[in-house]
Amino acid sequence: MLESPAALTLARIQFAFTVSFHFVFPAFSIGLASYLAVLEGLWLRTGRETYLNLFQYWLKIFAITFAMGVVSGIVMSYQFGTNWSVFSDRAGPVIGPLMAYEVLTAFFLEAGFLGVMLFGLTRVGRGLHFTATLAVAAGTLVSAFWILSANSWMHTPAGHSLNAAGQFVPEDWLAIIFNPSMPYRLAHTVLAAYLTTSLVVGAVGAFHLRRDPGNEGARTMFSMAMWMAVLVAPIQVVVGDLHGLSTFEHQPAKVMAMEGHFESHEAGAPLLLVGLPDQAAGVVRYAVSIPRASSLILRHDANAPLAGLDTVPREDWPPVAIVFWSFRVMVGLGVLILALGVCALVTRLRGRLYDSRLLHRFATAMGPAGFVAVLAGWVTTEVGRQPYTIHGLLRTADSVAPLDAPAVAGSLMAFAVVYLGVFGVGAWYLLSLMAHAPHAGEPGPEADPEKPTRTAGITPGPATDRLRPTGKTRAASERS
Amino acid sequence: MNPDLAIVWACILAFGVFAYVAMDGFDLGVGILFPTLKPGVERDIAMNSIAPVWDGNETWLVLGGGGLMAAFPLAYAILLPALYAPITAMLLALIFRGVALEFRWRDAGHRPFWDFAFTVGSIVAALAQGITLGAVLQGVAVDGRSYGGGWWDWLTPFSLLTGASVLVGFGLLGSCWLIWKTEGELQARAYRRSRRLGAGLVACIAAVSLATLFLPGAYYERWFAWPKVLYTAQVPLLVLITSVLFFRSLRRKRELTPFLLALALFLLTYIGLMISIYPDVVPNDVTIWEAAAPDRSLGFMLVGAAVLLPIILAYTAHAYWVFRGKVGTEGYH
Repeated sequence: MLESPAALTLARIQFAFTVSFHFVFPAFSIGLASYLAVLEGLWLRTGRETYLNLFQYWLKIFAITFAMGVVSGIVMSYQFGTNWSVFSDRAGPVIGPLMAYEVLTAFFLEAGFLGVMLFGLTRVGRGLHFTATLAVAAGTLVSAFWILSANSWMHTPAGHSLNAAGQFVPEDWLAIIFNPSMPYRLAHTVLAAYLTTSLVVGAVGAFHLRRDPGNEGARTMFSMAMWMAVLVAPIQVVVGDLHGLSTFEHQPAKVMAMEGHFESHEAGAPLLLVGLPDQAAGVVRYAVSIPRASSLILRHDANAPLAGLDTVPREDWPPVAIVFWSFRVMVGLGVLILALGVCALVTRLRGRLYDSRLLHRFATAMGPAGFVAVLAGWVTTEVGRQPYTIHGLLRTADSVAPLDAPAVAGSLMAFAVVYLGVFGVGAWYLLSLMAHAPHAGEPGPEADPEKPTRTAGITPGPATDRLRPTGKTRAASERS
Repeated sequence: MNPDLAIVWACILAFGVFAYVAMDGFDLGVGILFPTLKPGVERDIAMNSIAPVWDGNETWLVLGGGGLMAAFPLAYAILLPALYAPITAMLLALIFRGVALEFRWRDAGHRPFWDFAFTVGSIVAALAQGITLGAVLQGVAVDGRSYGGGWWDWLTPFSLLTGASVLVGFGLLGSCWLIWKTEGELQARAYRRSRRLGAGLVACIAAVSLATLFLPGAYYERWFAWPKVLYTAQVPLLVLITSVLFFRSLRRKRELTPFLLALALFLLTYIGLMISIYPDVVPNDVTIWEAAAPDRSLGFMLVGAAVLLPIILAYTAHAYWVFRGKVGTEGYH
């Protein structure tokens, strides 16, 4: 290999940066697409105007989120080649088809129905429109299925063999697709996306309830979001535990890093709550721990022995401090999310859901918590897989393209500037949409056909001119 | 290795890339021509003419990238690092122009800025794609199963020529698209511009074709070996005929024909490109069969592609059908 360590580090930073940015958008749009389907279904069933208003309200937000997810996603499909070419050559025959299926089954499905979903409510029948909404929601889930299958294979590779050229080649596609960690990772990630969405919806609802407790839309969305939080958060705890146990079985070093267990314990390993992991010394300093609790969680037996990183060769250790802390951030936020759900349930049972200022403040503050938790969890699992890209089989250092450090430094800077600028502006537009209170007669991304739009003769198109109503009305008034 | 599956996938990807070029070409072209349109009505109309379709168009680019990795991982692994700078520039440019399409409507105060971003993004993306084409044609240094060259190898007079050619070609597609989709003053100017851009494209095709023959590699033999030349010679002949028809259709003020003939020119140059490259996928170094993933990968994907691609094409055709007709007139539907 020609590459320098600096180039490798820069390539890793660039991948982490671009994939983290990208991941934020689907984490929100997966849940939001399903939420929109629920809102539209409820509207069709009950005929209640509020559901339609909420549907239109969140549809505008979905449109921008989805667009940013698309453009940041195109980058990912090329970055495997530009920066991780050796990985692509060697794992392409296994990973590539999974991603190709994602494009064929999910991306085109979403692109095909997004237009009708965004602009078709008054153009096509309600049944067809609802079908389009369901198709887009299904598309986001199908997309998650394939990409998480590919990702899981990198954690728990199965169903493959090696050919003479050193490539991983498929032997059994079912074993590849449904590799050991895939079902847990898929469930855990999709639930996380649902929770992330419910926290955003809840925060927006709470924000507007604090200003106007009578706002029908704000009341409905807040109530729905808090039901979601209290129902899904406990399930997520169970699924997360199962995912952890599966990781413990297949990637023990990752769990050791999460737990901060440098040393093995003969009988009953303590659960470290906080501390400062020191990778070089192989100890956690200033640790605060609960005796035997880790054995109880991982082995379901307080006295069970637990191996530590001292049983793993040092060159196979993941960076412990990052994994240790990102895991705690995720779990800590998870506890807070659960607490929010429980508080909301208690407040609801007391009949004060819509006027408890304290609860609304708590819910508003928790708005971004889902994103932080999702990213922290992602960091835990991806950094915990290090120093491998394909666990146990292909090292990250051996996966990288033959890179020159200045080239990667240049591209990293360009990505940083463009992403922070462009997606910063996008986030600001999203927040300004959320700052508007939902109201009766909420306009959707589609312009009212009776408005000047029609005389201006500009018909909204799928996928892209979701923001057009304002623009178009303005353009039309400039014209007249 | 069963050669048939590799060829099938080469055809599918070649089709996907052409679908991308044909469809995103005109919407990038509209972006390239944007500064020549008057702020206000003209720009809004031009933007609305591509708004319904550009998003779906770019999905073909994802299919191209993902499909190359899946079907020809070795080619993907060699070519993408070789094209690091142009590919990165293209991705960033596509982000810029993609969000500019959205944000200009959101924020009238900054619309001139987003329009500028839309143009710069479109120009950089077109140039980068053209440079990529030239850099592939001129060949890349291969070291084992990796790229073995430097970071500026892609930059040659030839790749700059192909970059400029694609820029002119996409400009022409955009201009012909505007002829089809608009009317009045905007359309009249699009006619005049199409004539100039058409002449420019024909000159570019001639220049790139001649320059290709002088590149290292088997290009000369692939075109002029007897009796193959009897077939290959039809391509320049057809280019000539198509060009004549194209200029005639402009003179006769046809509306859709110029766009279709411009696409036909693209298709012919694309076929020429295939003649130049086949049976390599990395010119002079790696053939289609050497780069192909094992049959078990290709077969698995083929099942999905065979079922889904026709459905996808049906969606796409439907989207274009729904938004048929002029933008900016009552008779849209």
